[in-house]
Amino acid sequence: MRVEVDQPRCVASGQCVLAAPEVFDQDDDGIVEMLADHPEPDQHDGVREAVAICPAAAIRLVRE
Amino acid sequence: MTAGPPRRVVVVGASVAGLSAAETLRRQGFDGTLTLVGRERHLPYDRPPLSKQLLTGAWQPEQVTLRRPADLAALGLDLRLGTPASALCTSTRTVTLTDGTELPYDGLVIATGVRPRRLPWCGTPGVHVLRDLDDALALRDRLAAGGRLVVVGAGFLGAEAAGAARSLGMAVTLVEPAPVPLAHAVGEQVGTHLTRLHRDHGVDVRTATKVTGITTTTAGHATGVRLSDGTTVPADDILVAVGSHPNTEWLRGSGLDLTDGVGCDEYSAAAPGVYAAGDVARWFNPLFGTAMRVEHRTNAAEQAMAAARNLLDPGQRKPFTPVPYFWSDQYDTRIQAFGHLRGHEEARLIDGDPADGRFLVAYRTGRVVTGALSLGMPPRALRPWRTAIATGTEWRDAF
Repeated sequence: MRVEVDQPRCVASGQCVLAAPEVFDQDDDGIVEMLADHPEPDQHDGVREAVAICPAAAIRLVRE
Repeated sequence: MTAGPPRRVVVVGASVAGLSAAETLRRQGFDGTLTLVGRERHLPYDRPPLSKQLLTGAWQPEQVTLRRPADLAALGLDLRLGTPASALCTSTRTVTLTDGTELPYDGLVIATGVRPRRLPWCGTPGVHVLRDLDDALALRDRLAAGGRLVVVGAGFLGAEAAGAARSLGMAVTLVEPAPVPLAHAVGEQVGTHLTRLHRDHGVDVRTATKVTGITTTTAGHATGVRLSDGTTVPADDILVAVGSHPNTEWLRGSGLDLTDGVGCDEYSAAAPGVYAAGDVARWFNPLFGTAMRVEHRTNAAEQAMAAARNLLDPGQRKPFTPVPYFWSDQYDTRIQAFGHLRGHEEARLIDGDPADGRFLVAYRTGRVVTGALSLGMPPRALRPWRTAIATGTEWRDAF
């Protein structure tokens, strides 16, 4: 599983960091930064939560 | 009660909450019939950009679509767009649509949202409201033409639209009956700061002023607004942004509590097998010990996820206890807030300086921290306050 983020869409809510702190971070302006674009299996639930909750629809999962 | 797991789930409302409920049901393994009913003909789209990027023309309409067609198709939905629901019978467990279709359900999620509150002259040509994509496209085309815009109501929606219109070079007047815009929601410090922000950007902000009527051409097109101070402000277009009404009329006679939205318990349940989520849902949030109805983007997704999980597995149901979150973009300033700020008893400046345009305010209700708002501050400044709210930290221990 690969994670894609669309930084220009990001609204800096930080909801992804709350859902999956090992996978997502925010820069000083709050914009999403990836810590791991191929998350470990035990992080997949958190990533799916982040995708569902992102208020900017800025995160996508790509099955490889 | 229907025995066994649900086989037929109907979700009424195809915006963020409805889509999020449908996605959660599938993610949790529900493989029965899943019907998603939408009033509008558009595929599910996102509303926050409507008063921001879409209005300025920075984004095209397809950019507000929430999911790619392939991702939507993968959900295997019975998708019914452009056909609003017209009735609910909880005893036979049936939703009726305006075209007469009857949809039996084992589980139902109500996510019909809100619509703009209107003033008596809202049907006049040149007068706009802003809620749906079609509203936004109509207003965008007028803003692109330039001219004079009067915005009635300086809440977040009106303020964002005023900012968008200014950035396009329009002459903008923002009319607000309260002495300090948004004071009831975010406190006087923040409201005062935002008012100054708009004035600095050239908006003519008229506070403590009511709109008493409009002027029109003989052909009936709006030409201006009449104000309670006796003046008239000329306008080519008028945007009315004076709050909203929950869309619950279709539920009359269903037996549900429709006092202010759909009344729900702490599990977002309104009746056996019936849940509500998003702007339309008023539920008891145990974290704050009060019922609340939250019209914010993130709550729509979160509550729909919680409702869908509780619907599928009532034996393992969990109370929905979020720390609400909202943001607003005005000019280059981003406002972010956590918590339940409405009805706060104290707002205190914690960090930064309003003179620099960057600061953080914390809110107290009773003895605990119930909210925090950041204006232009980095996220790490606000995040600990979210934790303080989530854990019910006493105000005196928070500093």
